[in-house]
Amino acid sequence: MTQLEVVFWIFAATAIVSAFLCITRKSPVASALWLVVTLFSLAAIFVLLDAHFIAAIQVLVYAGAIMVLFLFVIMLLNLGRGGPSDMLGWAGRLVMLAIGLLMAVELWVLSRATPDEGLLMAGEPLQRLTEQHGAVGMISEPLYRTYLVPFELTGMLLLAAIVGALVLAKRRL
Amino acid sequence: MPASVGWVWLVILLPFLGFLANGTLSLFRPDAKRAVSTIGVGVLVLSFVFALVVSSGVFAHPPHEAPYILTYWTWIPAGSLHIDVAFQVDQLSVVMLLVVTGISMLIHIFSVGYMGDDASYARYFAYLNLFVFFMLILILGANFPAMFVGWEGVGLCSYLLIGFWFENKPFADAGKKAFIVNRIGDFGFLIAMFMIFHATGSLNFVDVFHEAPHLFEVGGTTITLITLAMFLGCTGKSAQIPLYTWLPDAMAGPTPVSALIHAATMVTAGVYLVARSNVLFAMAPVSSFVVAAVGVATAFFAATIATKQWDIKKVLAYSTVSQLGFMFLGVGVGAYAAGIFHLVTHAFFKALLFLGSGSIIYALHRAYHHTGSHEDAQDMRNMGGLRRLMPWTAGLMWLATLAIAGVPGFSGFFSKDEILAMTFARGGDWNAFYVLWIVGVVAALLTAFYMTRMMIYTFHGPNRTGGEEEKHLHEAPWVMTGPLVVLGIGSVIAGIINLPAVLPMSGWLHHWLEPVTHLSLDYLPELHLSPTTEWALLGFATLIAAVGMLAAWNFLKPERLLPAKEAPAETGLQKTLVNKWYVDELYDTIVVRPIGWLSDRVLWRIVDAGIIDGLLVNGSATATRAVGWIGSRLQNGRIGTYMFFFVIGSLILLRALLR
Amino acid sequence: MLLGPSLMVSVILFSLGVAGVLFRRNAIVIFMCIELMLNAVNLTFVALAQQLGPEGHAIVFFVMAVAAAEAAVGLAIMIAIYRHKESVNVKEINLLRG
Repeated sequence: MTQLEVVFWIFAATAIVSAFLCITRKSPVASALWLVVTLFSLAAIFVLLDAHFIAAIQVLVYAGAIMVLFLFVIMLLNLGRGGPSDMLGWAGRLVMLAIGLLMAVELWVLSRATPDEGLLMAGEPLQRLTEQHGAVGMISEPLYRTYLVPFELTGMLLLAAIVGALVLAKRRL
Repeated sequence: MPASVGWVWLVILLPFLGFLANGTLSLFRPDAKRAVSTIGVGVLVLSFVFALVVSSGVFAHPPHEAPYILTYWTWIPAGSLHIDVAFQVDQLSVVMLLVVTGISMLIHIFSVGYMGDDASYARYFAYLNLFVFFMLILILGANFPAMFVGWEGVGLCSYLLIGFWFENKPFADAGKKAFIVNRIGDFGFLIAMFMIFHATGSLNFVDVFHEAPHLFEVGGTTITLITLAMFLGCTGKSAQIPLYTWLPDAMAGPTPVSALIHAATMVTAGVYLVARSNVLFAMAPVSSFVVAAVGVATAFFAATIATKQWDIKKVLAYSTVSQLGFMFLGVGVGAYAAGIFHLVTHAFFKALLFLGSGSIIYALHRAYHHTGSHEDAQDMRNMGGLRRLMPWTAGLMWLATLAIAGVPGFSGFFSKDEILAMTFARGGDWNAFYVLWIVGVVAALLTAFYMTRMMIYTFHGPNRTGGEEEKHLHEAPWVMTGPLVVLGIGSVIAGIINLPAVLPMSGWLHHWLEPVTHLSLDYLPELHLSPTTEWALLGFATLIAAVGMLAAWNFLKPERLLPAKEAPAETGLQKTLVNKWYVDELYDTIVVRPIGWLSDRVLWRIVDAGIIDGLLVNGSATATRAVGWIGSRLQNGRIGTYMFFFVIGSLILLRALLR
Repeated sequence: MLLGPSLMVSVILFSLGVAGVLFRRNAIVIFMCIELMLNAVNLTFVALAQQLGPEGHAIVFFVMAVAAAEAAVGLAIMIAIYRHKESVNVKEINLLRG
């Protein structure tokens, strides 16, 4: 195994273990913190996959903003401890295990499909693009050319979300 | 084809138009009796006239190679099954046609007088016209299904007319009994039709009878089964053992109906069927023997019952069953022309006897009406000495009695003798036929006996109707007695159409029907009687008739009879005979009651109420409610449940994508 | 080269997310598991983008934006519900019963 792969597997293991811990902790705060660990591991994996920009915004936006929001709300509603009936009984756990396994198996079979030959780009294309345009510049081509309209619409979406969140959370309208 | 034959459609259509007109009148103007009489009788007269036209065409140019077939339209084109509305006019059809239209016409005229006071006069003529329509379809149909339409139709009209006075429950029950018993026979006819179609691929008479020699092996199982099934139908329609029990009960209908349907026309349909299918029966000797044996057994059995019946119409009913038995004996031994001959002569004298009894019953009814009495107008113990009061009726009915008893010179003598002679001739071929001949002779003896008994009790001796009533008894009006005269003439001279071989001008009918019956001749043994044997048989027949009549004349004393209300109860063998050998009671126990029990206990309670109502109808409603209740549990408002099913659904979709 | 293993990790994370959604009854934790699923999807996109081009990165970009919007609005709803029922247990949020 190459160095790259070893590093990859370290971070992958971290992600999986912390995801598992996230879903099995009684306290919501603990779950949130374990999710943050997962997100960081994923960011590292993104770097290994030559997606530097994505890794950066994963840390900034996901781990930095969204998870902080989660923690704010948990603190606001004083849910720190976690209630007794939060998780399912042993029968439910068994069923969930089964469903989880089933889902995993199906998806893994799906994932073994290989993409068309024509779509593959030769060599190490991302690295080349990064050298040419820089990490951020690499994403500018698809974002502002091919997917310009969705980009603008996403702006609208964020505006709507802000307004909606403000209205929904007010005490008195 | 001669042009006059083309009129056959009008012969058939006229009675149907009469039915429509009279039916409409019976619904909207039931008291328009003059109109009904004109239409009802008029269409029959016209029909008879056109029947003469058609027949004259056939007499002038008899078809030899193939019968005249008139096809009007395609009825059922279903794959390889092709049934047309087609009529067949040949020598046999013409004989039947003249008998049916002629006798029907006379009976319609008689009915004008007999039913004149009835409130449902228009309905009566509507049904009677409809009956003639169906009977004509039966005898003129060119294929088995067309004949079957007529077969069923006359059964329907029989039911309608037997139960004509349906307010009286026993009468209505008699109509039901006739129809239901007939149905059993119809099942046989249908099976035979299916088998014929399966074997030959066609249902046309011409095709089937031509192909039969090539398709069936002589005496083989298929042809035997087909003909036996057909004969089952005949036992139903023509009242033979075991399905004869409806005919005596059918006397509940008006007497002209009994004359037309249950003497001259409908009940002869079975004989016609066998005669028409002669090649099939000739190829199945077992079936033919069964036909002959059942026929002669019925002839004997019914004759025994007739010797002890007190109701005049019941005597005539059992007499009809017995005479039909003779006809089947004739066609069973291969003498198809003889069977048809007896059919023709019987039509004359039996119709005469029934109509005559109708005149008598009419007279007694009138008399009882005047005195307000409620005695049975049909019981012979209430009659007696009527020859002084109703001389014409008496004389004509004596002519018919002489004919049926087989007195030489009269029509019945020649036809009955022909049948018995042919049976005797077959005896030379196989001894079993001698047994049939002996039974037939005994039945003929009994016939002479009971008919003379009937005449003695009715017309001779003292009158037992009652002092007051006797003053009101008189001859029926000419509208009723006129047709009797015509029938009387026929009963006397009809024998001329088929005289025995030893006499000059013999066997005209036999020769005339040869183009229809010749196909069967290949399979029948040569029926030969030496002239000596023939004369001996003729003499023996005369002896039998004489013995029967004289025995009745000498031993039965009408003076010793008491009126019905005072008559003592019967005992012993006489009681059994009066109660018809308890056959109806036997059928009731072994057939009717078990079916009734089965219908009530099993079919109604278990199948209908339990399974169909409870399980299927209510059960499916309950099941739907249950499924709906289960479905409603899904909408419990809990997000957890929704998510669960969401994931399950997506799992299934993924599985589907993994093809 | 890292495509196969990346996809496998993604699959496992997604399954864990699904199990978590069904497993927990605290609404906020359910939300977090949904975020976990979205992240797994992001990993898939990035892994494939390494072979197929930077369009995958653009998609990931949009996913993150939408996730952010969704988290904001969803949590606002959770706050509003908490104000009424004093609880975020999904077992108790069942007024839309059939």
